[in-house]
Amino acid sequence: MSLAKTPDIVSHGASGTAPHRSAGPPFLMAVPALALFALFALVPMGIVVYLSFTRWDGLGSPAWAGTDNWHEVLTSDVTRHALWLSLKFMVVSWLVQTPISLLLGVFVAGKQRYRALFAVFYFVPLLISAAALAIIFKNLLDPNFGIGATLDLPLLNQNWLGDPQLAFYTVVFVIAWQFVPFHTLLYQAGARQIPASLYEAASIDGAGRLAQFRHITLPQLRYTIVTSSTLMLVGSLTYFDVVFVLTGGGPGYATRLLPLDMYITGFQGNQMGLASAISVVLVAAGLLLSLIIVRFSGFSRMRSQQAGM
Amino acid sequence: MSALSHAPTTEATNRPASTGAAPSTPPGRLARARRTNPLGALGGLLWLVLVLVPVYWVVVTSLRSREGFFEANPLAVPTHPTLENYRLVLDHDFGLYLLNSTLVTAGATLLTLAVSFLAAYAIVRGTSRALRWTFSVFLLGLAIPLQATIIPVYYLIAKAQMYDTLPAIVLPSAAFAIPLTVIILVNFLRDIPDELFESMRADGAGHWRMLWNLALPLSRPALITVTIYDALNVWNGFLFPLILTQSPDKRVLPLFVWSFQGEFTINVPAILAAVVLSTLPILALYVFGRRQLISGLTAGFGK
Repeated sequence: MSLAKTPDIVSHGASGTAPHRSAGPPFLMAVPALALFALFALVPMGIVVYLSFTRWDGLGSPAWAGTDNWHEVLTSDVTRHALWLSLKFMVVSWLVQTPISLLLGVFVAGKQRYRALFAVFYFVPLLISAAALAIIFKNLLDPNFGIGATLDLPLLNQNWLGDPQLAFYTVVFVIAWQFVPFHTLLYQAGARQIPASLYEAASIDGAGRLAQFRHITLPQLRYTIVTSSTLMLVGSLTYFDVVFVLTGGGPGYATRLLPLDMYITGFQGNQMGLASAISVVLVAAGLLLSLIIVRFSGFSRMRSQQAGM
Repeated sequence: MSALSHAPTTEATNRPASTGAAPSTPPGRLARARRTNPLGALGGLLWLVLVLVPVYWVVVTSLRSREGFFEANPLAVPTHPTLENYRLVLDHDFGLYLLNSTLVTAGATLLTLAVSFLAAYAIVRGTSRALRWTFSVFLLGLAIPLQATIIPVYYLIAKAQMYDTLPAIVLPSAAFAIPLTVIILVNFLRDIPDELFESMRADGAGHWRMLWNLALPLSRPALITVTIYDALNVWNGFLFPLILTQSPDKRVLPLFVWSFQGEFTINVPAILAAVVLSTLPILALYVFGRRQLISGLTAGFGK
């Protein structure tokens, strides 16, 4: 490793010439990180815009195609549907995950022993890779061999992944199963920072548990809510792994979210140019969303207050 | 709580005392311990069931024989538990995929940590405009979704003749871990008192020595946090391996589990045995280092 060699170099330098005292560390030290990040994240942002104006099957060389891809993306029903579906997914996911995570987070922030024990199991989904997790639910919810079919419970015995209406909400549930533990952790940390004296004072004033939750817990958690929601909303635009393995975008187009639409168009349909245009839409949607959140939530103000993170 | 709470200086000032609470009271823990909350307990129990039933089902099913799977009640304890499925998975080159995953994860994590630590040190101790600008690049870089870059990354990797190799997964995985890693390390290094650096400098130490003998040992908690966060992300990563490799012998574990289920579609016990085996290393980490793993999972977002 490169770091391991540095002490020799240093001792030579220190004993030989006098170290330049006033100067800060050289910019050179930041170059490796900057270069690696630029090569695989910043440069690709440029390439993807270029590729969106080409026709390319992924094997040969990209050929200039003018605005053909853009014309197609902007008029394509499939992509428009994918974008709409991603937005709907974002909102529904937020509505499902936020209350659950918040309540669970406050719950496990309590000191009771059994809550600590519950928490040990709550975080197990975080350990499972998205691919494995999707495979678990794909088999668990199978209409023939899944748990609902074999237990013969009418309520559970549905075609969870085969029915277009149901499949969307099944994906929402599986993603919630995957991500609620992470957000629970955030809310747990947030709730533990609330001064106990606030609750004591409220109790003396005769405030009930519900009133305390509304007037102390919720307002005190507002920064956590903003952090968690930002990660949730921006993140849900890019969900890919679970949906890809669980439904592959189907049945029909019922769960073909935007990243999935891009992957299928590019790597399965061999239309990399068109898929690049979809990528650009994806980035634009993400940036727009981030800007809106920063503008209306005071996220930047919050960051400076929490500079210690 | 975040591992970063071991920071040398205070972190109690993070929360503004805005709701009119007496600012002099020290922040305490949520003091509700003495009162019971049946509704909360019920809700908590409900989620526990929702989490545990699938996990339990995976484990018991992976221990059933193929015939047993079709006959038994899915939630019953297997009458004739068998490890046959696990042997089947191990016989399908599981060891190779475990090795691939380990190599990719170790490579990407070490690369990320090495370059990020250098950059974080330079950003914190440096004064030049270029370094401030670098930090802004990383802050903005957080907003770039990995998913949107898969086509150009595929293009670059193919151009570099690296398609279908393990380094093809390592490089972009490391690159995307850099911004958050740098930001967390910067936030941590900022809390190291200036005097420590000054006294070392007075003794004639250069930047490399301060970095190696002072900043590195003091950053241990933050380094553990980011190591866990980065390693877990790479270990569980699916998209880069999916688009950048092709040969069976280049598969990492998530890709193996996925292709294994494509191959053994209706042999559900075997598929779930593969799921269990691929999760086992992380589960072991969870059992033996739960506190550190959890602090790594949120990578400082949890403050």
